[in-house]
Amino acid sequence: MTKAEIIEQIYEKVGFSKKESAEIVELVFDTMKDTLEKGEKIKISGFGNFVVRQKRPRVGRNPQTGEEIEISARRVLTFRPSQVLKAALNGEPIPHEVEE
Amino acid sequence: MNKSDLVEFISGNLPSLAARDVEVIVNTIFDCMTEQLQHGGRIEIRGFGSFEVRTRRARLGRNPKTGASVDVAERRVPFFKVGKELRERVNHE
Repeated sequence: MTKAEIIEQIYEKVGFSKKESAEIVELVFDTMKDTLEKGEKIKISGFGNFVVRQKRPRVGRNPQTGEEIEISARRVLTFRPSQVLKAALNGEPIPHEVEE
Repeated sequence: MNKSDLVEFISGNLPSLAARDVEVIVNTIFDCMTEQLQHGGRIEIRGFGSFEVRTRRARLGRNPKTGASVDVAERRVPFFKVGKELRERVNHE
């Protein structure tokens, strides 16, 4: 599934024009990207949380040559799926969402 | 930022749409994505990232309180991989 298919679904299910649907879907993902770039977390209840984490520098290894190299400190994005999403994937009853 | 903040922000940027409608659309986006993952499908949002379902093998676990062995059944878990553009933006490259 791509963004185009999500737009198609919005168009079919919600009845907005394709142009409007596309505009909103783009804006949703752009807003999420801008927010995460600022280091702010995003919580989508029933789906999951997107969290920016700060990683310390660490020593890694080139797996081909065995050579040690320092991996610099960096900020990374992690996704923590909600209990609701995890249950949905396993055909389990939907738990009540607990605020984190 | 939570889902209602997202809806509010988007409504503010699209004055032609009612906040209620934006809410329905935002919910539909995440519902579509959940449904796709339920079917074991993959989702790819260019510049943002991709979601897929990975299977965790059944294993023998332990109740950490009592130490008793418990069978943990095979489980499907959602997996997110950040896209190149977003990875670089988050790290301010």
